[in-house]
Amino acid sequence: MIQIKDLHKSYHMGSNSLHVLKGINFNVKEGELVSIMGSSGSGKSTLLNILGMLDEADEGEYILDGVPIKNLNEKTAARYRNEFLGFIFQSFNLINYKSATENVALPLYYKGIPRKERIAKAEHYLEKVGLKEWSHHLPSELSGGQKQRVAIARALASEPKVLLADEPTGALDTKTSYGVLELIQEINDEGKTILIVTHEDDIAHMTKRIVNLKDGVIINDSIVEQVRANQYV
Amino acid sequence: MFKKDRWIEILEALNANKVRTLLTAFGVFWGIMILVLLLALTNGLRNGVTADFGNFATNSMFMWTQGTSKAYKGLPKSRRFNYKIDDVAAIKAEVPELKYVSPRNQLGGYQGANNVIRGTKTGAFQIYGDYPEFIKQKPMDILQGRFLNYSDINEKRKICVIGPDVVAGLYDKNEDIIGSYIKINGVNFMVVGTFKITNSQGDTEEEANTIFIPFTTFNQAFNYGDIVGWMAITADDKISITSVKERIFALLKNRHTIHPEDVRAIGHFDLSEEFGRISGLFKILAFVGYFVGALVLMSGIIGINNIMLIVVKERTKEIGVRRALGATPIAIQGQILQESLILTIVSGMTGISFAALVIWGMNTLLDSVGPVENFANPSVSMQVVFTALIILVASGLLAGLIPAIRATKMKPVDALRIE
Repeated sequence: MIQIKDLHKSYHMGSNSLHVLKGINFNVKEGELVSIMGSSGSGKSTLLNILGMLDEADEGEYILDGVPIKNLNEKTAARYRNEFLGFIFQSFNLINYKSATENVALPLYYKGIPRKERIAKAEHYLEKVGLKEWSHHLPSELSGGQKQRVAIARALASEPKVLLADEPTGALDTKTSYGVLELIQEINDEGKTILIVTHEDDIAHMTKRIVNLKDGVIINDSIVEQVRANQYV
Repeated sequence: MFKKDRWIEILEALNANKVRTLLTAFGVFWGIMILVLLLALTNGLRNGVTADFGNFATNSMFMWTQGTSKAYKGLPKSRRFNYKIDDVAAIKAEVPELKYVSPRNQLGGYQGANNVIRGTKTGAFQIYGDYPEFIKQKPMDILQGRFLNYSDINEKRKICVIGPDVVAGLYDKNEDIIGSYIKINGVNFMVVGTFKITNSQGDTEEEANTIFIPFTTFNQAFNYGDIVGWMAITADDKISITSVKERIFALLKNRHTIHPEDVRAIGHFDLSEEFGRISGLFKILAFVGYFVGALVLMSGIIGINNIMLIVVKERTKEIGVRRALGATPIAIQGQILQESLILTIVSGMTGISFAALVIWGMNTLLDSVGPVENFANPSVSMQVVFTALIILVASGLLAGLIPAIRATKMKPVDALRIE
C-alpha cells in the first residue's frame, strides 16, 4: 500500500538548515495497523505530513497504492488527499460552526457528492462511531472523545485507502484514549490500513507494528503482539 | 459555481460571526446609500432650479431696447428708440434659423393699479399683446375655450384669454366665463379662453394674474401704433440661439441707426446661455456626487477587504483542514470571493433600497408641504442604480481577490500547525 525509499527532508530557517528525515525506508501493506514512535523532533510528524501529501519530500520515492507521489500541483494533491487519505488530528480540527453531520460530510462535499447522499453517508459513519444521537450537535457541545470520534467518522467518510492519525489520543485522558483506540482497532479489523503517530507506549502496543524513529532515521521496526483496547474499557 | 451547497457553505461562514458580518456590511450599505442619496439630492436641486425657468423653451432669448450709449450718424447718445412691427418680418427674413419671433407688449403690471373691470368687480392684472406662437414658446394648458389665433391678429378682434386668478377675481363660482365681456382700460374684450401655466415655480402668482390679447388689437386699442415692447425669440432646435443672436443685433442696429459697437442699446436675456450655465453647474455637481459617493463607497469596500483578510487569517487553520480533506485551491478561493461578493451585493442592495425609502420620504414630505424654492422631486434614474450595482459587483470581487489569494498561499502543513 505504501512504499517509501530513501526519503529526505530538511527545513531551512534563514541560514540554518535542519535535516529532519535522513533516508527513511519502509513499506506498509494493506490492512496493517502501524504506530510511528519517537521523541519530539525525531521527525515522526514530518514523515506523516509527507505521507499525507501536506508536505513534500526533498528526495526519495513515495508510492501510494501504486501511484507515485511526486511533484504534485495543489489541485492533484487535493484530489489525492480526498481519494486516498483520511486524516485524524490531535486537536480534532472540526469546523466549529458546522454540526457533527456536516463536519463528517465535508470531504464528500469536496468529492462532489450530492447533498442528500452526503448526509446519508455522514449519518451512517456517525452511527458507526456511536454518535448517532449527537449528529446535530456542534463540536462545542461534544466531549473530547466524542469530537475525536466525529473526526474519525469524517476521516472514514470519503472511504480512503489509508487513515493517518497524528497523536489521536494526545488531547484525551487515558480512558477516552482507550475508547478511541478500540474504535481504531475495529476499523482496522475491517481491513483498513492505519498509521498512527504517537509517543505513548501503551497506545503503540495496541497497534500491530511499531516503527521507532530517532533523529530522522528508523532505529527499530518490529511486529508486536496487539493489545486489545477493549479489555481496559 | 452557484450551487446550493456553496450557498449553504457561505451562509454558514457568514453566520459564524454575525456582529462582524453586520458591521462590515454596514460600511458598504452606508457608502452606496450616500452615493445614491447625493445623486438624488443633486437631481432634486437641478429639478428645482430648472423649474425656475418655467418651462419656457430654453433655446430662446428676450430682447428689449435701452438707451444708446454712443452717438452715431449725427444722432446723440442716450437716445431712446423702439422696435417696430416691421422689425419682426425683417428678422425672420434675415435669420431663417429662427423658429419663432414673437413681438410683445405689456400693459399694467403685476400688483399695479386696477385696470380691469367686470360689472362691480375690478382687478389689477397684466395685459399682454401677443402672437399665437407664444403658447409654443411658453407652454400652457388651455382649460376652457382657446388661445389666440391668426384670425384674431388679422381682424384685430377684441378678445382675451385669461389666467386662473383673473377668473377668481372677476367671476363668481359656476358663472359662465367663455363669451362674457371684461373691460380692460375702458375697452371691452370678450373672453374666449382660460389658461393655466403648470410646472412653474416662483412666478406662479404673476402668471395666474395674466390676460393675453391679440398683439394687433393691443396696439390699436391702447395707442401703441407699430411699437413693439420686446420680443421673445426662439431658434430652431438644432441651432443655439446664442450663436445667431449677434446677427439679430447687427440687423436691428442697422435698422435703427445705432453704432455697430454699441453694446448697451439692445438689452437681452439669453435663456439658452443661462440654462447652459446652470446645466454645466449641475454636471459638475453630479460629478461631485459620484466622486464623493464613490469615495465613501470605497472606504466601505476597503472595510470588506480588510475583514476578509482577517477572516482568512482567522480561518487559516480551517482552510488547512479543508485542504487536508481535499478542497482544491480553486474551491477555497471561490468560496472567499463569493463570500465577499455576497456581502457586498446584499449590503449594497440594502443600501440602495434604504436610499430609495429616504427619497420616497422626501418626496412625500415635499408633496405635503408644497413647492420648495430651488428643490423639487429628488430622484435617481434606473441607470444610476445599475451603475451602482455594477460598481458593487466589481468592488466585491476586488475586495475578495487579495484575501482569496492569501488564503491558499500558505502550504496546508503550515496552515494546520497554526493554533
